Amino acid sequence: MANYKFVGDKGILVEFEKKIALEVHEQVRKMDAAVNSFLADKVLETIPSYHSILVFYDPLEIEVNNLLAELKRLEKSCSEMSPENQRHLEIPVLYGDEFGPDLDYVAEYNDLTPEEVIDLHSSQKYRVYMLGFTPGFPYLGGLPERLATPRRKNPTQKVIAGSVGIAGDQTGIYPISSPGGWRIIGNTPLSLFVPEAQDPFLFKPGDIIEFKAIDRNCYQVLSEKTWDEDERKEIEIG
Amino acid sequence: MKGRKLKLGEFKIIEAGPCTTVQDRGRYGYQRYGMPVAGAMDDFSYKMANLLVGNEAGAAVLEYTFQGPAIKFFDGAIIAVTGARAAVYLNGCLLPDWQSFFVPGGSVLSFARVEQGARSYIAFQGGLQVEEKLKSRSTYLRGEFGGYQGRKLKKDDCLEFYGQPQKTDYTCRYLPEKFIPDYPSKVEGRIILGPQVECFSEEGAKNFLKGRYKVTEQADRMGYRLEGPEIKHKDGADIISDGVAAGSIQVPGHQQPIILLADCQTTGGYPKIATVISVDLAKIAQLKPGDIISFREIELAEAHRLLEEREKLFQQIRTRKMKFGPSKFLNLKINEDNYRVMIEEIRD
Repeated sequence: MANYKFVGDKGILVEFEKKIALEVHEQVRKMDAAVNSFLADKVLETIPSYHSILVFYDPLEIEVNNLLAELKRLEKSCSEMSPENQRHLEIPVLYGDEFGPDLDYVAEYNDLTPEEVIDLHSSQKYRVYMLGFTPGFPYLGGLPERLATPRRKNPTQKVIAGSVGIAGDQTGIYPISSPGGWRIIGNTPLSLFVPEAQDPFLFKPGDIIEFKAIDRNCYQVLSEKTWDEDERKEIEIG
Repeated sequence: MKGRKLKLGEFKIIEAGPCTTVQDRGRYGYQRYGMPVAGAMDDFSYKMANLLVGNEAGAAVLEYTFQGPAIKFFDGAIIAVTGARAAVYLNGCLLPDWQSFFVPGGSVLSFARVEQGARSYIAFQGGLQVEEKLKSRSTYLRGEFGGYQGRKLKKDDCLEFYGQPQKTDYTCRYLPEKFIPDYPSKVEGRIILGPQVECFSEEGAKNFLKGRYKVTEQADRMGYRLEGPEIKHKDGADIISDGVAAGSIQVPGHQQPIILLADCQTTGGYPKIATVISVDLAKIAQLKPGDIISFREIELAEAHRLLEEREKLFQQIRTRKMKFGPSKFLNLKINEDNYRVMIEEIRD
């Protein structure tokens, strides 16, 4: 059973069990899909995250108690729904050197060689639990425990777009250059955020991604692409 | 305005002011991808400015903070200035705010420093013309996205608006003084508790509701850091990140609250003790460093009633259901040209 909480006078937070776990995120995914397909005319938009969904509504358009009742009804029926197909994406990454200045630190911290860090990092399936922080920034779950590394104490350094980083037991990718405190181990030539594109965001909440180590030549070739909708199809697998 | 082909008008920024941006009602529908809403901080003044020049809801305007820009008009325009109170000058002559007026091509609009409040809005009949990005013309400063080249305006920027008026005989509208908000330096923000009020100790929650909080220097479009009585957590200041809304008051480990505003991130990992109600965000937007805010809990139904009441006022003005007072006519001489001006008061 989810908890329902008011967020000011225009939001309802639908909160599932308070933990970061696949099964909880599956509930989030199902409920979010259900809200956006069956209550599309009653809600403005939703922000799905690890264990909750923030549902925005216009109180001038809908009575809040009616919406609450509809959400609760939907929660009961959506557990049997099969949510939309998950996309599987392969993300090319050039690890180390100037593209991954903290690769050696992450290796040393975890008693591994840099090669082992790359192997571990690129042999996992990760789930996009949510997008936030900056437009298109994916919070990924599934980092091997042996790679967990605390973030920098001073987060003011400039991190370039495409940087792949580790913070605690999370891994993520910076869509735009911004200050940040994550340990940067590599860089992807993909554009996670293409403002001019019809659909500017590479990732959607719920996507499954894998990292693939690439060399400099490959990086060069891939970074010349624009990564609009058509080119993104190239990285879909399975 | 719909359907009518309008000639574009142009103006140039002579002086920009510290933070002048293009804003509209905000960028909705992309928060799930991490895209902040942005948009006008004070939505009351924003909407009024558009209504006064007869724009449809959602038209893009200029928002300035503390000091207005100086603008040279190449073409005639009908504009209105609302929000924080500052003297408005047209070619050096004082003009009223919260009123629409005609600006002839060639003239210069300028502002004295804001005396009361923090942010003002300049609406142009027809709306500002900048490219729509993700269905909005708002500037998201930190993301360097939308608005005019994704940034604050600078000296010599040239912008366009849709509605260059074709005649010099026009109607101006003004809002009676009683509808114009005050911008005191001490305000009460009404709140709905939650969504994570349970993360705070009883004493912490009591401090929050009884305390007076000062707006610190760290106050911008993303949010205001406040300073006041400590708001203690029960066990730690970390929660599993979740979605946040403008108006949410988050409390990180230092136990001092931060009010999240228009440009705030879409998700956050600190517990939110409460959320400011929608109609009070306009007065929060007008606070400046050093100002004082206290909080009072109200019922959700009351917040919705207040929102409806405000919407009714907008509606009355939009549909001109309010009675208009006797029209006044003025003859103005600007730049050697004579203009006949009709002024209508909007009455209830």
